[in-house]
Amino acid sequence: MLAFMWLSPLAIPGGIGHIAAKETSQARIMDISFDLLGNALVSGLLLGGFYAAVTIGVSISFGMLDIVNIAHPAFILLGSYVAYIVNANFGFDPILVSIAAMPAFYFLGVGIYHVYDVSFERRGDTALRGLSFFFGLLFITEVGLVLVFGVDYRLVEAVYIGPTLHFGVIDLPLRLLVPAAVSVAMMGLLYLYLSRTFIGRAVQAVAQDPLALRLMAADPSRIKRIAFGLSIATASVAGAILIIVQPVEPSVGRDYIGRIFAICVLGGMGSFAGTLVAAIILGVMENLTATFYGPSWAPAVSFGFLLLTLAFRPSGIFGRA
Amino acid sequence: MSGAPILQVSDLGKRFGGFVALADIELEVGRGERMGLIGPNGSGKSTLVNCICGTLRNESGSIRFEGKALDGMKAHQRTRLGLSRTFQLPRPFGTLTLAENLRIPILYAVQARQGGGDSDIDRRCMALLDMVGLAAKSNLLPKELTQIEMRKLELARAMAAEPRLLIADEAMAGLSHGEVDDILALLVRLNEQQGITIILIEHIMRAVLSFSQRLVVLVAGRKIADGAPQDVVRQDDVVAAYLGS
Amino acid sequence: MKNPIFVLWLIVAAMLTFGLALLVDNAYFYFAGYVVLQYIVLATAWNILGGYTGYVNFGIPAFIALGAYSTVALHKLTNLPLIVMMIVGGIVSGLVGVGTGYLTLRLRGTFFSIATLAMAVVMQTLVTNWAFVGGSRGAYIIRPATVQYLGINYITYLFLMMLGLCVLSVGIARAIEKSRLGYGFATIRDDELAAEASGVPTLRLKLIATGLSGGLMGMAGAPLPYYVTYLDPASAFSLSYAVNTIAMPLIGGTSGWLGPILGALLLGTLQQVATVTISSALSLLIVGVMLVGFVVAAPKGILGWFQK
Repeated sequence: MLAFMWLSPLAIPGGIGHIAAKETSQARIMDISFDLLGNALVSGLLLGGFYAAVTIGVSISFGMLDIVNIAHPAFILLGSYVAYIVNANFGFDPILVSIAAMPAFYFLGVGIYHVYDVSFERRGDTALRGLSFFFGLLFITEVGLVLVFGVDYRLVEAVYIGPTLHFGVIDLPLRLLVPAAVSVAMMGLLYLYLSRTFIGRAVQAVAQDPLALRLMAADPSRIKRIAFGLSIATASVAGAILIIVQPVEPSVGRDYIGRIFAICVLGGMGSFAGTLVAAIILGVMENLTATFYGPSWAPAVSFGFLLLTLAFRPSGIFGRA
Repeated sequence: MSGAPILQVSDLGKRFGGFVALADIELEVGRGERMGLIGPNGSGKSTLVNCICGTLRNESGSIRFEGKALDGMKAHQRTRLGLSRTFQLPRPFGTLTLAENLRIPILYAVQARQGGGDSDIDRRCMALLDMVGLAAKSNLLPKELTQIEMRKLELARAMAAEPRLLIADEAMAGLSHGEVDDILALLVRLNEQQGITIILIEHIMRAVLSFSQRLVVLVAGRKIADGAPQDVVRQDDVVAAYLGS
Repeated sequence: MKNPIFVLWLIVAAMLTFGLALLVDNAYFYFAGYVVLQYIVLATAWNILGGYTGYVNFGIPAFIALGAYSTVALHKLTNLPLIVMMIVGGIVSGLVGVGTGYLTLRLRGTFFSIATLAMAVVMQTLVTNWAFVGGSRGAYIIRPATVQYLGINYITYLFLMMLGLCVLSVGIARAIEKSRLGYGFATIRDDELAAEASGVPTLRLKLIATGLSGGLMGMAGAPLPYYVTYLDPASAFSLSYAVNTIAMPLIGGTSGWLGPILGALLLGTLQQVATVTISSALSLLIVGVMLVGFVVAAPKGILGWFQK
């Protein structure tokens, strides 16, 4: 049973996905209840919204800065556990906790970028060693969390985990709705920052033309540092909404690597709109698969998307060709 | 310089997203010819080289080398056919010695074409290094070379593939007057003694003019001139776009 | 030193190792030694792709598990000797390696790495859903007590097989290093664009590397079910395989055949000691920290210290 708990976002709600899988093997296609389909679509939509928050950090670090931070899921988990500790001990709302924790995550990101920059980017050795560096960080974080927290699943408590809004046959669990809303809000704020402020525009510029940036009297290293810090800061909030959507234990991060990079590539590497659209597509496809074929096939969906995208349209939906 | 052209480029087009890098390029290079290709920065010269050599894929048009259509062929296949190039910014193999750098084209381009054994590879590597004056440094790594020596290595490596057509992309940038003359003399020698067709892309006008039997001018992705050097340099549009007054 | 002579020396070293084992005559030595030898093979295999061509494969657990689960499946269907199972495991893993490579190697190296990472998770999902090999509940394999025609017990037999695989993989690694193929791999690592322009068929070479690397890893995984006697996806796909296999060549040195062996011997013994004295989770943490430390501060690995 515990093994399926981590898949709970994909079953609406609880164990219905399993029952549905049995039913469909006996029912003809025409008899499938449209309620089920409708709810699967809506939950998939909300799930996709949540996935966008999880991915947006990598859209910045990989999509814009070309830094393959495969350790991002580990930082998201760190955010989950931070939210968990404060929530469990003081009862504060996990999302508010994560927002308060953002500056700490930002500085963590700045520190990590500094090491990365000095060790790899300046030496021009980003491929093998840079990747291994982040892999090492992923691993250290996961094992560290296991050592401190153990492998038990952790949950948070908040007023919106539990209630569900009903609109006719469609159920909107607040457990999914609030994270999706927070995700969209965070993306919106980030988008405004990147397009309206000087530093934000410099971040977009550094991705495309570091030389031009230098001519604008901005230091590319400093800009990248800020951008990477922002990317890790998003992990704080993403972690909080993750532990709202599903129970969390240290190895959960690994399932998100495929999802994150599938969405990032499909969404066009750094395009905010693309990330959101790709995340929603993936969320819907995953949820439909879980509803009609069983939740344990979910990882195959994101990997399949990743492979298909890489094989046929590596520039993604909104990508710069 | 007679017979069928060694290279035929027809109606070549290349875009990067919305940006048109090359349009309607028509070019014929005769066997054994010395052709110069000039144009302002960003006019598409390197893009054209990349399309001819297969590093980039052109969207429209076709390229024929010695009568054979190159479309769809990967870069390494084109090199094996006898097409070789230098890179604008030298790209040596950093963990291999100079001699080993030259081994690579011999092992992979020449042997693939002709077969043959390893017995005289070392001798051929040294001969090539000698040709560019780097024989004494054969056991050094590229990072221990000066910029000029790296350009010479780049040229030697392109020659190691035993090409019938060599495209030298700004092989002389940053060289001194005397060094430019050395490289020019080497290229002329290769052309006259071994019959290698050479396309020279350069900004150093005196080099291009003294070397070329024919001059092609590229501006904003289009060919605006193609003919004898003394005629081309007097064309109004060429003067306006590139040469100045 | 010509390659056949080198292989001869390898065999001598292997025989000396076995002789040492016989002298020590301790069951634990065989158990622990098997693990270290397995890591020599894994590190060497990984390095053929990672160190020689520069393409990082994070999906190591998938290849090991492919070998292990091929054995489980064959064990249930037939009564083949272990060496055949190892060959089958190697072929299956090799093919999967080539297949993954064909889909992703034409893009940038980073996409290949990400794809291998995601593939490991998917492979685990597939195996967990495959009831025939036990699914998530795992599979029990009866380990024979002895190998009759050799007169030794099975653990010693496994130890010997892994020794043989070490000789094979190190022999292959060194043979590649000094060959035309090895030069080709080095150019892919140094500058793939220039390699193509120099006539190197980069895609074909990368597929050879992926196939060889994956195949050897599959062969290393094939005897695993007999070693552990109970195999479940969680342990077969354990992340510790991934981090160890990557850390060992990066710490030992990636430029040749010796680095992975050094790294495997060092880290392997360190971990065996740490697992017994502190805890296995903490010993893994140490490996992770050493990986990051070496990658940042000593990119040429231990061998690099001696090269200056």
